[in-house]
Amino acid sequence: MAADDARAATVDAFARRHRFRALEAVPWLLALAGYVLFPGYLPLGAQILATILFVLSADLVLGYAGIVTLGHAAFFGTGAYTAGLLAANGWGEPLSGLVAAALIAALVGFLSGLIILRTTGLALLMQTLVVAATLYEAANKAGRWTGGDDGLSGVVMWPIFGVFRFDMFGRTAYTYCLAVLFLGWLLARQIVHSPFGRSLTGARENTARMHAIGAPVAKRRLIIYTISAALAGVSGALIAQTTSFVGLTSLSLERSGNALIMLIIGGVGRLYGAFIGVPLFMIAQDRFSKADPVYWYFWLGLLMVAVVVFARGGVLGIFERLWKWPAK
Amino acid sequence: MAGKMTAPALETSGLSKSFGALNVASDIDFRLEQGARHALIGPNGAGKTSFVNLVTGALRASSGTIQLGGADITTLSQAARVKRGLVRTFQINALFRQLCVLENVTLAIAERRGVGGDLLRPSGRHRTIIDEAYGLLETLGLADQALLPINALAYGRQRLVEIAVALGLQPKVLLLDEPAAGIPSGESSVIISLIERLPSDIALLIIEHDMDLVFRLARKITVLVQGRILVEGPPEAIAADPRVRDVYLGERGRR
Repeated sequence: MAADDARAATVDAFARRHRFRALEAVPWLLALAGYVLFPGYLPLGAQILATILFVLSADLVLGYAGIVTLGHAAFFGTGAYTAGLLAANGWGEPLSGLVAAALIAALVGFLSGLIILRTTGLALLMQTLVVAATLYEAANKAGRWTGGDDGLSGVVMWPIFGVFRFDMFGRTAYTYCLAVLFLGWLLARQIVHSPFGRSLTGARENTARMHAIGAPVAKRRLIIYTISAALAGVSGALIAQTTSFVGLTSLSLERSGNALIMLIIGGVGRLYGAFIGVPLFMIAQDRFSKADPVYWYFWLGLLMVAVVVFARGGVLGIFERLWKWPAK
Repeated sequence: MAGKMTAPALETSGLSKSFGALNVASDIDFRLEQGARHALIGPNGAGKTSFVNLVTGALRASSGTIQLGGADITTLSQAARVKRGLVRTFQINALFRQLCVLENVTLAIAERRGVGGDLLRPSGRHRTIIDEAYGLLETLGLADQALLPINALAYGRQRLVEIAVALGLQPKVLLLDEPAAGIPSGESSVIISLIERLPSDIALLIIEHDMDLVFRLARKITVLVQGRILVEGPPEAIAADPRVRDVYLGERGRR
């Protein structure tokens, strides 16, 4: 009987890992509270929410699948230009713009992934850089359509569902970004808890063994890379639609690198790293740049160094250690 | 082998692999009978691990063929060979170190059952897989550590998980690459008794350095030297063979 009890307890504990926990409601409650408490900061808030989706998409490939990338802006920018170009050329319907951005970004992710995911490590890192740099130059050269260095302006959005106009206070933008982020998070959460997601984590932990148990590792990596690209594209589209502007920086190395920094600050491979790292980074950036307009990047750098030295696993890593500490 | 109707569990013919001028496998003709307890031994650098990599498909053969239960698998991918029941373990633990023991096994079982690519249902809802994995851990005496990450396990226990992951794939042919490597000799009896208890319909090929283990488990031994089969036979014959003493046992004896 004792063995049966032990079996039931163990199997149940394992089988319940994907269930929602109360703690997971915290980011959403905070986001709703932010809407009420800081009405003057809703445009920044909308940017933060959209960027969380971008960093979350990077966590899927980097944190879960172990694909080290410095070119994730390629998909963010592709989505931003897709939505922006649609709206600037007379189709300002936001939701179909998101879908188009997701599809085109997924296509770019799939095609580039097909080529570059054959490599790993530094070689892969360089190739992700190359993909993003190529798109950056392409957007720069195609100034007739993209506005080149000046950026794409004239993005005019229609109301969401034909009802909710994008207002100058950012109320619609904030709510819109929050809703899309929520859906994106649900999808990401679903993926990381599925057998597919677990097998990616297995491949990250030990690729050779994953091959040896018969998993088609390359195919699964390509699938997650494509899904992640689509989510990054949606994130770019959100920012294009809510700011009515697409700049070349949406494809830049800086944006890819910042995503990594935000993810590392929050905690890699934990699904919620983005929810902590992005607000910390962007609020710090907002504050520092106002307090010290010349050297603000230095303070961000210092924050980053502190995390790497003192807080391996980011802010979430600190929480995890505090959580386990009394038990040990 | 006249009169034997069934094909061997595994057979290689003229299997060769070279990296430039270096031949890691030269013209290897090898048979692993159904239900065999067969050991592959040889000095360091003899090409034992390369042979395993060739057979499992991690390396592509330069020439020669590989047959599994009579079917040609020479050109099949590693994953396709696993699906047909050709499974290996690793000489150095190749586990998913941050994942718990139970998940190490569920990953393997999910692949065997073909649901490893399922995106729609949480892995926790695949109850039959979890139950099967837990049952396997019970038979190996690992159930009380099912929820611990591999990192938290003693090395000897990790070696057991190594075999548990392979058994989760329900192998027909199991290649055990130094199953007792790194375990203090007093503790290797746990591994040996586990291997002794493995179902007799699994054909075992044990690649091993530890002579005690080889002579206790194997009914047939193949000696590999410089990528070639030097001699093959029952343990007594191998132990008495002067050539084997020269290249392998003798080298150990002198140490």
